[in-house]
Amino acid sequence: MNIRQKRKAESWIALFCSSLAALFGLFWLVFILTDVLIHGISGLNLSLFFNDPAPAGVDGGGLRNAFVGQLMIIGVAACIGVPVGVLGGTFLAEYARGRSLARVISVLADIMVSVPSIIIGTFVYAVMVKPLGHFSGWAGAVALALIMIPVVLRTTEDMLSLVPWTLREAAFALGAPYYKVITQVVYRGAATGILTGILLSIARVAGETAPLLFTSFNNAFFSVNMNGPMPSLTVSIFQYAMGPYEDWHAQAWAAAFIITVVILVVTITSRLIIRWRYK
Amino acid sequence: MASFSVVLLTLGIVIVLIANSWLAIGQFGVWRFLVSTEWNPVTAEFGAATTLFGTLVTTFLSLLIAIPVAVGIAVFVTEVSPDCLKAPIGMAIELLAAIPSIIYGMWGLFTLAPLMANHVEPFLQATLGRLPLFSILLEGTPMGIDLLTSSVILSIMIIPFTASIARDSFNLTPAVVKESAYGLGATRWEVIKNIVLPYSKLGVFGGVVLSMGRALGETMAVAFVLGNRHQITTSLLDAAATITVSLANEFAEADSDIYLSSLFYLALVLFAMSFVTLAIAKLFLLRAERRYSR
Amino acid sequence: MTAMVEMETRGLNFFYAGTVHALKNINLTIARNKVTALIGPSGCGKTTLLRCFNRMHDLYPKHRYEGEILMQGKNILAPDVDLIDLRSRIGMVFQKPTPFPMTIFDNVAYGLRLKGIKKKQELSELVERALKHAALWDEVKDKLFASAYDLSGGQQQRLVIARALAVEPEVLLFDEPTSALDPISTAKIEDLVMQLKKDVTIIIVTHNMQQAARISDETGFLMLGEIIEFGATEKIFTAPSEKLTEDYVTGRFG
Repeated sequence: MNIRQKRKAESWIALFCSSLAALFGLFWLVFILTDVLIHGISGLNLSLFFNDPAPAGVDGGGLRNAFVGQLMIIGVAACIGVPVGVLGGTFLAEYARGRSLARVISVLADIMVSVPSIIIGTFVYAVMVKPLGHFSGWAGAVALALIMIPVVLRTTEDMLSLVPWTLREAAFALGAPYYKVITQVVYRGAATGILTGILLSIARVAGETAPLLFTSFNNAFFSVNMNGPMPSLTVSIFQYAMGPYEDWHAQAWAAAFIITVVILVVTITSRLIIRWRYK
Repeated sequence: MASFSVVLLTLGIVIVLIANSWLAIGQFGVWRFLVSTEWNPVTAEFGAATTLFGTLVTTFLSLLIAIPVAVGIAVFVTEVSPDCLKAPIGMAIELLAAIPSIIYGMWGLFTLAPLMANHVEPFLQATLGRLPLFSILLEGTPMGIDLLTSSVILSIMIIPFTASIARDSFNLTPAVVKESAYGLGATRWEVIKNIVLPYSKLGVFGGVVLSMGRALGETMAVAFVLGNRHQITTSLLDAAATITVSLANEFAEADSDIYLSSLFYLALVLFAMSFVTLAIAKLFLLRAERRYSR
Repeated sequence: MTAMVEMETRGLNFFYAGTVHALKNINLTIARNKVTALIGPSGCGKTTLLRCFNRMHDLYPKHRYEGEILMQGKNILAPDVDLIDLRSRIGMVFQKPTPFPMTIFDNVAYGLRLKGIKKKQELSELVERALKHAALWDEVKDKLFASAYDLSGGQQQRLVIARALAVEPEVLLFDEPTSALDPISTAKIEDLVMQLKKDVTIIIVTHNMQQAARISDETGFLMLGEIIEFGATEKIFTAPSEKLTEDYVTGRFG
């Protein structure tokens, strides 16, 4: 075998290994998804959506309370996190553009995006749960909002930076004040990007469990009182999966299935929108 | 204004965590807390060594599995796969990253742990376990609820992050430089090894460190399958605890002030570790970006 | 005067993305140890043609060749051609300098190492010879182990030429090698090209008609993927037989 053939063989082997790696990665995705699908669908039934949990150990019951609780917590979190994030991102991209302060904040936000979410949970526990003396839906919502803010802030900043500067100059040249330029021209140009960014950040916090464990805690009963402990799907999955009952496991699979499907659908549509809009 | 919320949040976390762990800092000190293997709510003796051990071992092992796979995926997507496969595989990687960690955790408990206990771990014991060093690492009865299973799940979770950052870094290599290597008669692999990898090493390294930061702080994926037992063990087939797992399991149940304060102390240690790691990662990624924008 | 033929295209057609007909029925002969220039307006296919000679197009999917390119009588478009071998016999220099992320020495030694030359002594001799050949030796002999990025643009371009020369190719392809350089560096590269033709056959794509007139022996004028006129440079620039060629070389369009 001459040297050229040896080099070619080496190249072929290396590339073959990389293909194997890709296959390996895809294998897990398919494995996890089909597993959640199979177990989840078999656990699905109407009572899951319309009944509250049965007493521990008794078969039947559902997770209506957790669905409602999850939606309320996420809704409140989005109401806090989205405006703060968008305003913050606007400030960084427009008013503080190019200043070192803006760069520092944006790097800090990038780091905060990846800081362990359970830390946020302990933080909110310390400032909201401990002083008040009880777990609450509000605390859970605040924890999720705090996770959303840096994500939304960074996407907003990036999307606004994509709007060409000349567009702003054109609007200024017409005599528009800065806030009108931003709201009427810049936001319009970046709207799709910011909206999909918000959707992605909601999808992300929708699957969060760790920060809810000791903020909104859990509640076996139906509750719309944000001031008390509140059930959520993710915490229920944790509790049910770790619990001893077969029926709980089935419900945990079903809940996991629903969360996964919702999050994947939101993620895929957002990505497709981004790809279609910013080709 | 609103953008300072991020600064406030960061400072707030630091201040609140320090304030709440003050009791434990006073009682156990810094160094003694970090090296003490004691974690006993009954005698109110607390130390971080066991959870630090679990955190570092799972992080290290998961990176060991994830890095080669992730780089392999990035090579495949950028250099090997036909164009029609690039977008779908990219999408699949993004999806893997979007699945919430609790799903990984639950799947790990119900599917992966039994699989590991019944097939993978006995197999490893029968093969690798016969070698000198590995016989210690693979000691014990395979239960599936252990460091190894946790590391596998963690690695599945961080593969997409690492792969997508590595792919983006690979794509920064100018096509014309690659072409001139081909022009000298280099094979595809030689171009990757000698041109693409040196070109993108800063970015890939940043991606690896970023994944490390993620792995350090991941909670739900390991909470199901690690067992939360505070111990330092030489066998990967033993249960253990990470900082995140003890926080998740014990925070709501801590019944004494010193117990709670020690948990806050753990959170502070974790925050410091992941913040520093993430800052380093960000530094590398920024430098990588700057180099190519020149 | 008949020169030896190095390469010859016969009825060459090339398609991008399966359907875009980028080159149409190209027939030309490249004389050995001459400089052949390819000129024409942007998008005329001159770079596409150049990249056929070392089959650079094969890196990208959905390309298609038709016809033949003969090199010393052998069709290099045949499916059984070893591209690695072909490309080590045909060097290429691009518009922008393309140093690799390594030292100056390792850049030049890269192709040699690929060929399996490992001995230090032999490597450094060959590297020195290539750098001298590319008129760069005196400028870099004291910093061979500095990063190639520390060189100026013109030096980097000569480094890339040295790298290509080190493996002793039979043909060198230049794709607008001076378009990113200042006039002094450009003059150095042009001198170099004229010296190199003693040893290798050179095909150069250029936007700059003065450059083509100065340094080439033969010139091909392309438009819309077709060869309009091909012949001795002097004739193309002074007495072209086609109206289109005359309009182009006198600057009436392009």
